[in-house]
Amino acid sequence: MNRLPTVLRQHIAALRAILVFTVICGIIYPVVMYGVAQAAFPDQANGSVVSAGGRVVGSSLLCQEFADAKGNPLPRYFQPRASNAVSASDKAGYGCDPRFSAASNLGPNNPMLRQAVQQRRASIAKFNGVSPSQVPPDAVTSSASGLDPDISPQYADIQVNRVAIARHWPAATVRALVGKYTQGRTLGFLGEPRVDVLNLNIALDQLTS
Amino acid sequence: MSSSLAGFLQLGLLVVALAACYKPLGDYIARIFTSEKHLRAEKALYKTMGVEADADQRWGTYARSLLAFSLISVLFLYLIQRIQEWLPYSNGMANVSPVTAFNTAASFVTNTNWQNYSGESTMGYVTQMAGLAVQNFASAAVGIAIVVAMIRGFTRTKTDRLGNFWVDLTRVTIRLLLPMSVIGAIILTATGVVDNFSLTHTISTLAHTPQSIVGGPVASQEVIKEMGNNGGGFYNANSAHPFENPSPFSNWFEIFLILVIPFALPRAFGKLVNDNRQGYVLVAVMASLWLISVAGISYFEWQHAGPALQSAGAAMEGKEVRFGIPGSSLFAGSTTATSTGAVNSFHDSFTAFGGGIVLFNMMLGEVVPGGVGAGLYGLLMLSMLTVFVGGLMVGRTPEYLGKKIRPPEMKYAALYILATPACALTGAALSLGFKAPRSVIFNPGPHGLTEVIYAYTSMANNNGSAFAGLGTAATWYQVTGGIVMLLGRFAPEIFVLALGGSLARQQAVPASAGTLETHKPLFAGMLVGVIIILVGLTYFPALALGPFAEGLH
Repeated sequence: MNRLPTVLRQHIAALRAILVFTVICGIIYPVVMYGVAQAAFPDQANGSVVSAGGRVVGSSLLCQEFADAKGNPLPRYFQPRASNAVSASDKAGYGCDPRFSAASNLGPNNPMLRQAVQQRRASIAKFNGVSPSQVPPDAVTSSASGLDPDISPQYADIQVNRVAIARHWPAATVRALVGKYTQGRTLGFLGEPRVDVLNLNIALDQLTS
Repeated sequence: MSSSLAGFLQLGLLVVALAACYKPLGDYIARIFTSEKHLRAEKALYKTMGVEADADQRWGTYARSLLAFSLISVLFLYLIQRIQEWLPYSNGMANVSPVTAFNTAASFVTNTNWQNYSGESTMGYVTQMAGLAVQNFASAAVGIAIVVAMIRGFTRTKTDRLGNFWVDLTRVTIRLLLPMSVIGAIILTATGVVDNFSLTHTISTLAHTPQSIVGGPVASQEVIKEMGNNGGGFYNANSAHPFENPSPFSNWFEIFLILVIPFALPRAFGKLVNDNRQGYVLVAVMASLWLISVAGISYFEWQHAGPALQSAGAAMEGKEVRFGIPGSSLFAGSTTATSTGAVNSFHDSFTAFGGGIVLFNMMLGEVVPGGVGAGLYGLLMLSMLTVFVGGLMVGRTPEYLGKKIRPPEMKYAALYILATPACALTGAALSLGFKAPRSVIFNPGPHGLTEVIYAYTSMANNNGSAFAGLGTAATWYQVTGGIVMLLGRFAPEIFVLALGGSLARQQAVPASAGTLETHKPLFAGMLVGVIIILVGLTYFPALALGPFAEGLH
């Protein structure tokens, strides 16, 4: 090999190097980590899947739509944040589609965003029978991933009465459940208090049955 | 506890954790390069690669090895994307189009990880794992290798040899990146980051609507994406995606991973030049500018200026509830102050000034603390400029770490400093000069201008975060972007190596009464001044027309 020109030798070494790195960092390492993950943390590694009524209903890490076939929100369920993870081919316009995670990318001065915020504020206030000023910021803005599984405790709070009415339950029962499913900050200071919508809704359904 | 107090504690814990890693990790990195022995595994690798591990290379040979490795990497990554349909676990993805494959290959090889595609709807699992993620390791290792070669220029005298590229590359990967990735991946999986090979499948939700669940070998890729300052997300939403960043703790840990190596490298530098105080000065400069940027972003996001955000009551557009304002601002400041470019919130929807600081962070040239390796060599270049300016003040030949900074060295430093802004501003100016690239700007007014400037600043500085809101799938942006990323990475690296070569040939000069002491606070202050003035002079018009015009509107 030493008789080859230096430039060619360098490129052959480069090719062999990239193949070596591909085997080590691109195949052995991820497959071993996959094995470790599956052995040590199978629930997490497989997407924190949750079941209800004996069937898999989703992941506690991904939001999902609680809407009818026309896309109208179902009053008996807590509603997630607005989502831009929408399939272009989906006629009902469901958000929370994990194949299309995305944000709105609308700027702070964009009139379209302002309009969207105002529309959401009005419709959420009407749907929940609260005054528009009670609707918290996370309810009127769309999330970063389009898959945000959480809402703020404030947004959960304004939905309590509407859910209670739809289920013919006392509001206190629903409120107690919201309290149970509200997570504080990790270690008291990491992140923000939040309510996982899917877990809360599963708990609601289980209480019914 | 108030949200802002919680934010302070989160930042405080991060600073404590990084400070605790500074010495042990920095010393360990230095030992990687001072140890004489090759590990048995490394010897086997050198044999397989067919490289002479004990050959000491001239700077030119070192640079040509780097370029050969990078060229082959681009071609290899391009090829994988173009044939992914026929590879296992393609998850139903078609072959990537030629322009996107070129842009992505250039992007990942240059440690930029700008993404003109959505991971979950473009890339198969094997492409992600054996194509993209391999470059997450390799490009990070290259960055560290280059800075170490440059440091050898300071530590060696009267030689034209800077070390061996293949050895440096292999050692960083085997002794540093891989072991840390193994630990990090396990921790990330524990927090809920997915790691599986299940193909996209549909389930019926609680309300009986169909939902497709996308999986993938994410945890192993996520860790090196953050730690190698790469930033290319497995999914389109990047670290905002709950499968990449599921919880407040995973968020904190990912920010820690982003910062841990860049902040430990000054220690390794201090160790290698046998003067730990030199490392302290550099890390102090890095840390203070990083902290100021994080504080600024947090402040402006709390203020939520802008009619849409005022109407919403908080800057929660494009942010996740579990991270909130503090977790999003800290991530944004850290991902742009390093050349990571991962995002957990969307910078396009930040306030004008919050987004402006994020942009400014990249304009600093990715030096506070900057990308792995790249940040340190950038700051060393600026340090040389600072001693040069100091030398001009007193009228004597400046020196840095016992090496004279003469005209040849200054030429390389000046070229280095000019290369990146030239790529960024030329790219942005050309894009604004033509109708087609202008027509895919998404937001109106100054915000739209910021989107274009942000894109080219991000690509030229090899950050890779996107302000988004720009139709970068257009062929214009794919092709010019790819070129800007390649020039923005390799032109400066060649100047760095050339400078290292020039320094190594010199004899060491003893410090005298006129030497500017580079381990003192005075020097740190001058360095900060030089950085700010340089960036200000270069980018002020762009910043004035973009974020300032929008924020003061």
